[in-house]
Amino acid sequence: MRHIETVFSGFGGQGVLFAGQLLAYAGLAEELYVTWIPSYGPEMRGGTANCTVILSEEKIGAPVVRNPSAAVVMNSPSMEKYELLVRKGGLLVVNSSLVSRKSNRDEVQVLTIPASDIATELGNVRIANMVLLGAFVEATGIVALDTVKQQLNEHLSERQRKWLEPNYTALQRGSELALEPSTV
Amino acid sequence: MTEDVHIEASEIPEAMERVYGYPESLTRVATHYCPGCVHGIIHRLVAEVLDELDIREETIGVAPVGCAVLAYNYLNADFVEAAHGRAPAMATGIKRVNPDKVVFTYQGDGDLAAIGTAEILHAANRGELITTVFVNNAIYGMTGGQMAPTTLPGMVTTSTPTGRDCTLAGYPIKMSEILAQTAGAAYITREHATDVSGIHRTKKAIKRAFLAQIHQLGFACVEVLSTCPTNWNQDPWEAMQWAKEQMGAYYPVETFKITDAVKTLKV
Amino acid sequence: MARQLLKGNIAFAEAAVRNGLVAYFGYPITPQSEALEHLSGRMVEEGRTFLQAESEVAAINMVYGAASSGVRVMTSTSGPGLALMAEGLSYIAGSEVPVVVVNMMRGGPGLGNIQPSQADYLFMTKTAGHGDFHPIVLAPSSVQEIVDMVGLAFKLAEKYRTLVIVAGDGAIGQMMESAELPSMQQVRRTRPDWAVTGARDREPNVITSLYLGAEKLEQANLRLQKKLTEIKANEVRYQLYQTEDADLLLVAYGTAGRICTSVVREARRAGLKVGLLRPQTLWPFPEARLAELAGQVSGILVVEMSAGQMLEDVQRAAQSHAPIRFYGRMGGVIPMVGEILEHLQALADAVIQ
Repeated sequence: MRHIETVFSGFGGQGVLFAGQLLAYAGLAEELYVTWIPSYGPEMRGGTANCTVILSEEKIGAPVVRNPSAAVVMNSPSMEKYELLVRKGGLLVVNSSLVSRKSNRDEVQVLTIPASDIATELGNVRIANMVLLGAFVEATGIVALDTVKQQLNEHLSERQRKWLEPNYTALQRGSELALEPSTV
Repeated sequence: MTEDVHIEASEIPEAMERVYGYPESLTRVATHYCPGCVHGIIHRLVAEVLDELDIREETIGVAPVGCAVLAYNYLNADFVEAAHGRAPAMATGIKRVNPDKVVFTYQGDGDLAAIGTAEILHAANRGELITTVFVNNAIYGMTGGQMAPTTLPGMVTTSTPTGRDCTLAGYPIKMSEILAQTAGAAYITREHATDVSGIHRTKKAIKRAFLAQIHQLGFACVEVLSTCPTNWNQDPWEAMQWAKEQMGAYYPVETFKITDAVKTLKV
Repeated sequence: MARQLLKGNIAFAEAAVRNGLVAYFGYPITPQSEALEHLSGRMVEEGRTFLQAESEVAAINMVYGAASSGVRVMTSTSGPGLALMAEGLSYIAGSEVPVVVVNMMRGGPGLGNIQPSQADYLFMTKTAGHGDFHPIVLAPSSVQEIVDMVGLAFKLAEKYRTLVIVAGDGAIGQMMESAELPSMQQVRRTRPDWAVTGARDREPNVITSLYLGAEKLEQANLRLQKKLTEIKANEVRYQLYQTEDADLLLVAYGTAGRICTSVVREARRAGLKVGLLRPQTLWPFPEARLAELAGQVSGILVVEMSAGQMLEDVQRAAQSHAPIRFYGRMGGVIPMVGEILEHLQALADAVIQ
């Protein structure tokens, strides 16, 4: 059964909420049940932001989980918070540009991706979220990368549209990196 | 409660013309107001204005909490009964969904100048197209003569037994002067209903305030200095003089704001 | 209409627009301000009334005024705002005008926080204002359900001339989920005959909650109580999940209710025969069904995001047929499936041989 519970976490402004929404849009486009729920409140500004996204073939009960089956962590505080919470056999996608420490969980699949550096190379550090989402989608296969791209095209806001192509590239680079031995 | 007393319409012989009579907008019942209270007079002025402008059937009144709580028994128009002080908010809700109707609030000093300060100030400031008749008699009548926000310094009430000490109880608030500061107000005036000329002026002001609404010129409020012989412990005549002289000294009878457009209205 | 990914607050606001909402008056408060923001644009686009009031006190009285005039009107708020509205809610109940209020509950008491909570249960169902009345209280557990319940709320409010509260929480308001919006409904142009619209060619209408004289007010109260009895008889709504063969019963609503569907699945995988009763109306409460189920099961676990408020209704309705336990989180903490499972297991150990 296709089913995933994942947390996207990082600093406010890194686009974790949008990355999560995009995954939810893609899930919906592939006719899965989806929920997206943000942490909300004063800590959204400047502190860490996170959202929980669940995609499932089954109607979703709890929209939040103690132990997600995957986590995408974009900064060190997020790594500290979620590394140990990811379920055994789950997936941890780490933005190694900002998280220097290696994960020492061996019963979890860990992808180490210098997403912020790659995004900077592509011309905009703020598309690091797409690099990581690309890797996440490739590693989990929960939705097709093409669906994600399609949904990005539909939901990227007007003022961000000039970044559509670099976003595509970022998703693509992330998905390729997920398969490279150096990442795994 | 007093029993409802119905006042029969008198027959007019065919050869005669009616030059003065009972307004259609006033119901034919005796009011529950005390002798010497001017609510009855002000009700009648509102009724005459509704008749003269021929808007009774287009009008929705908002009654306050206070002595005029039963205003809807005396004015022959659609009415709602608001919570204490909230008449301007309720009137706002009614007017916004009935922009072609005439909406007015009828409020006392406790209602408008204490518990409902926020509602009246913001309604005025929004330029809400409603008319407010503000009856100021410097006391809480219905609850038994306690201090009102407009109670004069030194005035004895049931909650200022030694007279209002402004250093403890605050100062009498001048609402018309305050409302006149709001950008949304088109017409803010203070009148009195304690003698014949005052009553005539009050009626003119009320008419102007309704016309301001009808012509969509902004918020309009007519404050009327009034009496409460019962709770002032005065006879009606004394009360009239006291309102005119003592209240008039603190609350000048004056128009505080009138826009050019309101000035040009033919009253 | 296609399914879309919608945030709860925006979904219920848009659902109201499509249900022919004529006027919205509100005051911003987290976690539901997106609804007010959405309506500030949409209502104006549709040529309808939107007004940001100076306070919740003013907002509910604006709603009261518009409702007196017989139009479809609503406001939305969260606990502290609902508390300020209590005065108006009572007047609305007393003068029997149809009003819909959405309350997206947050942590309390006091300023509390803005995280999801269910601690307004007793306030809404028992004491929403002074005097003898109950609003109808609807409890959605998903974005789709709050969309549907906004439509239902208007129908019930108008059918019974009563106050209906849609009781969501911060989680329902903030989460995105796929939902189908209703199609656009035309605004009703006619006004009910009791409404204040200007007394043209008829006797004046008066909307009031004032009845001087004890006997008169008692008569008004008796009429109100009769209506509430009718609502109790006709409008109870709930959802059952795997209760047919259940030995244990979970009772939970809203966000806690949907979490408990996950609990039921996991518990059944672990061999526990568990079912869920999820009240969709908190008032009227599904007492009769609960009493039946209480006779069937060996134990009941009530789960709430509060100190145990609905619990009192469950205890009353279950009539001590089965032992009742409670698990709740407060202050905006959402209970996790694992925690609830532990309490369920403990109940099972205690009551099942």
